[in-house]
Amino acid sequence: MAKNETPRWLAYRVPLQRLFVRIGVLPFLLVLALIVFSTLSGRFLTSENLITVARQATYLAIVAMGQMLALLTGGFDLSVGKIVAITSVITALTMAPLAAAHPDATAVTLTLGILAGLGAGTLVGVVNGVGVAVFNVSPFMMTLGTAAISFGIALTLTSGVPVYGLPDAFGTIFNFSRILDIPTPVYIMVGLFVTMYILLNRTRMGRYFYALGGNLKASRLSGIDTRFYLFLAYVLCGALAAVAGVLLTARLETGEANIGASMPLDSIAACVIGGVSLRGGVGSVGNVVLGAIFIGLIQNGMDLAQIQSYLQEVAIGVLLILAVIADQFRQFVMLRLKD
Amino acid sequence: MAKETRAPAEGVGAGLTLPTPILQVLAVSKQFPGVLALDQIDFELRAGEAHVLFGENGAGKSTLIQILAGVHSPTEGTILFHGQPIKLMGVHHARTLGISAVFQEFSLVPTLTIEENLFLGAELTNHGFLDKSQLHRRADEILKQLGFPLKPQQRVQDLSRAEQQMVEIAKAFRTDLSVLILDEPTASLTDREAQRLFGMIKQAKNAGVGIVYVTHRMSEIYELGDRVTVLRDGKRVATLDVADVDDGRLLQLMTGRVITQVFPKIEYRPKRRLLEVSHLTTADRSVRDLSLEVRSGEVVGLAGLVGSGKSVVGRACFGLERIVSGRVMLDGQEVTGRSPRQMLDSGAFYLPPDRREEGLVMMRSVRENVSLPWLAARSFTRFGFVDRGSERSKVRDVADRVNLQPRNIEHDLERLSGGNQQKVLLAKGLVSTVKLFILDEPTVGVDVGTRVAIYGFIRDLCESGAAILLISSDLPEILHLTKRTYVMYRGDLRAELEGPEITQDHLLANFFERTRA
Repeated sequence: MAKNETPRWLAYRVPLQRLFVRIGVLPFLLVLALIVFSTLSGRFLTSENLITVARQATYLAIVAMGQMLALLTGGFDLSVGKIVAITSVITALTMAPLAAAHPDATAVTLTLGILAGLGAGTLVGVVNGVGVAVFNVSPFMMTLGTAAISFGIALTLTSGVPVYGLPDAFGTIFNFSRILDIPTPVYIMVGLFVTMYILLNRTRMGRYFYALGGNLKASRLSGIDTRFYLFLAYVLCGALAAVAGVLLTARLETGEANIGASMPLDSIAACVIGGVSLRGGVGSVGNVVLGAIFIGLIQNGMDLAQIQSYLQEVAIGVLLILAVIADQFRQFVMLRLKD
Repeated sequence: MAKETRAPAEGVGAGLTLPTPILQVLAVSKQFPGVLALDQIDFELRAGEAHVLFGENGAGKSTLIQILAGVHSPTEGTILFHGQPIKLMGVHHARTLGISAVFQEFSLVPTLTIEENLFLGAELTNHGFLDKSQLHRRADEILKQLGFPLKPQQRVQDLSRAEQQMVEIAKAFRTDLSVLILDEPTASLTDREAQRLFGMIKQAKNAGVGIVYVTHRMSEIYELGDRVTVLRDGKRVATLDVADVDDGRLLQLMTGRVITQVFPKIEYRPKRRLLEVSHLTTADRSVRDLSLEVRSGEVVGLAGLVGSGKSVVGRACFGLERIVSGRVMLDGQEVTGRSPRQMLDSGAFYLPPDRREEGLVMMRSVRENVSLPWLAARSFTRFGFVDRGSERSKVRDVADRVNLQPRNIEHDLERLSGGNQQKVLLAKGLVSTVKLFILDEPTVGVDVGTRVAIYGFIRDLCESGAAILLISSDLPEILHLTKRTYVMYRGDLRAELEGPEITQDHLLANFFERTRA
């Protein structure tokens, strides 16, 4: 009996391994999560809940796309959380007094506030880029440093108190409004995703990000201005985190210095679960967004299953480590299939 | 089960008139998913012999020595050690039996010193504490015995590649050896260092050590080998006494076809000066007051020992080393200190000596690697985006020209053999019109088939009017391909040899310090 069954199982093994190598661990995890949570809670698979997941995952997806750029070049950005925070604070501090002084000029207020926020967040990215690309500071120290600086500034500006008084239109446009039942932030995320996809796959700049993370010296010998593109990766990462910061501010309707604390971990987790190599040079933006959605799905599913938020942190940590182990295993299977 | 494996062991031992071989491989196969890397291989190693493994990249040499060293275990077949069947449980197990291997990929910790590396995993202790003085003494002994000019307390990261290779070899000599496996040990050694290694290998042979020696250099087979086993496509083609073989026979066995000539005849029609270097001195002074010129339609050699500065000249011309004085002219224009980007745009291409280190982005595809230097060019761009159609067709063209195997430009570089990786590196220079090729060790670590292909390319490029500066430690390459060769010694230009003056003796005489003049 047992003898007859073993070969049949073996026949599926190699195709399964090939599938695993090609698509990575993420699709398997997504399917598993869908099955587990839909059995745990009847509300999980409703369209309303899935829209909630999409909205929740939006902010992380945007930050993770930026994080991916830093990872592609062989570094990472630990300051993304504090970029979100400082963006939120600057956006709110610009909008609140303008809204109070000129209650009718909402369009101007929103534009100036958003630009100021995006500018502040991107500026942190610029500082990161200069440190890493020009002064050769390790990304770890550089972004840890700017994280502390940004957080300190954000706290000083607000004395640690949320900034109120934002125009209602801000939240209405960038959070509540829906087109075809789907919230605006999701459209913004999709727009950024399409842009990033084209940037990474169809432009020279994208190609160079992959190349210089894969082999910095070879890229230099191929005539690439490696410093400039390394710099650019951190600037874009900062800019994307800043976009997430503006959207989160619209959602909370206050400027807060204390948001985004879990962003560095979650964004790196989304990338790694999505198959971005920590050694640089490998990764696809589609899978990174899926990684972020997966994390959103897990958090939402645990909410529905009434698992308390502290334990959710534990779950994310475990998932991250499992994803890295699965990736190692994938490398191993890949090598075996290759030989 | 046990009975079956023991039976052939007795049979083989009884039937031999020679002493029992140290190591015997009987009908060993290695199946990797999708590929049969070794197919029923027989191999034996006697005490005191050097047995050369010869074959193209991918023929199965690496798999075989990895099995012998305990890295992989065979799918089928038996390994006998001193006539007894054994199952190697790993590299460490093999080492304790006296089977040591030196692979091309180093197993050294760069931040530790030489002596710490030599005894890594087998530290000498005294009451549970490290016995540093004994460690130091033993390390010094081993290095002295081998004649390597290294100090035990140097850090491995400060050593050159050749010196690291020496440490790796010294590590194998640490334990009592009965089998020493060497995988292209001379690939990064100078001739003098190689000679010293050969001396050491002969000494080990006299002490009864069996040597398994993998090489692509045929001269080493004659110099060292007693027997040679030729592998092709995972099968053993022949095992012969070295006394009975010559180049032609070996090449024929290896490739399965007749290669009449490794080096092509090149028509030289030197015309205008393309590269003109005058009084060049680099910031680190590893090149001093050097002048040379390369004309279109000629291959000019630049020879010398490792560390003579010959590599630095190429790097300085391509904008990779800081120049403090002197001038570099490219086709009549001054290009001193220009960046690699500017050099590429003015029609110069530099091929670095270490393809993994500086040449290729290993985890990306052939297509991306080949087009990388030229994406900025207009022909690759459409409305600011990468024109993937034209990229694909251009890269396919050059992949055809270099005869890339397999002919799939979407493969990762990791998946290609060493020879094909080198072809990709060369292909990077074929996409656009390049006037000047600076080739630094273009055939390092590739099989003879690829070597012939690369030489063919150098000929074609030269005959179509390109200027080629061939920087090489491979003497036959310099002897056969160049009509004019510069020799460097410790940063100075020592000699310029022309035509019939380019002989092995002349070259070597200029490689070393002049004691009699």
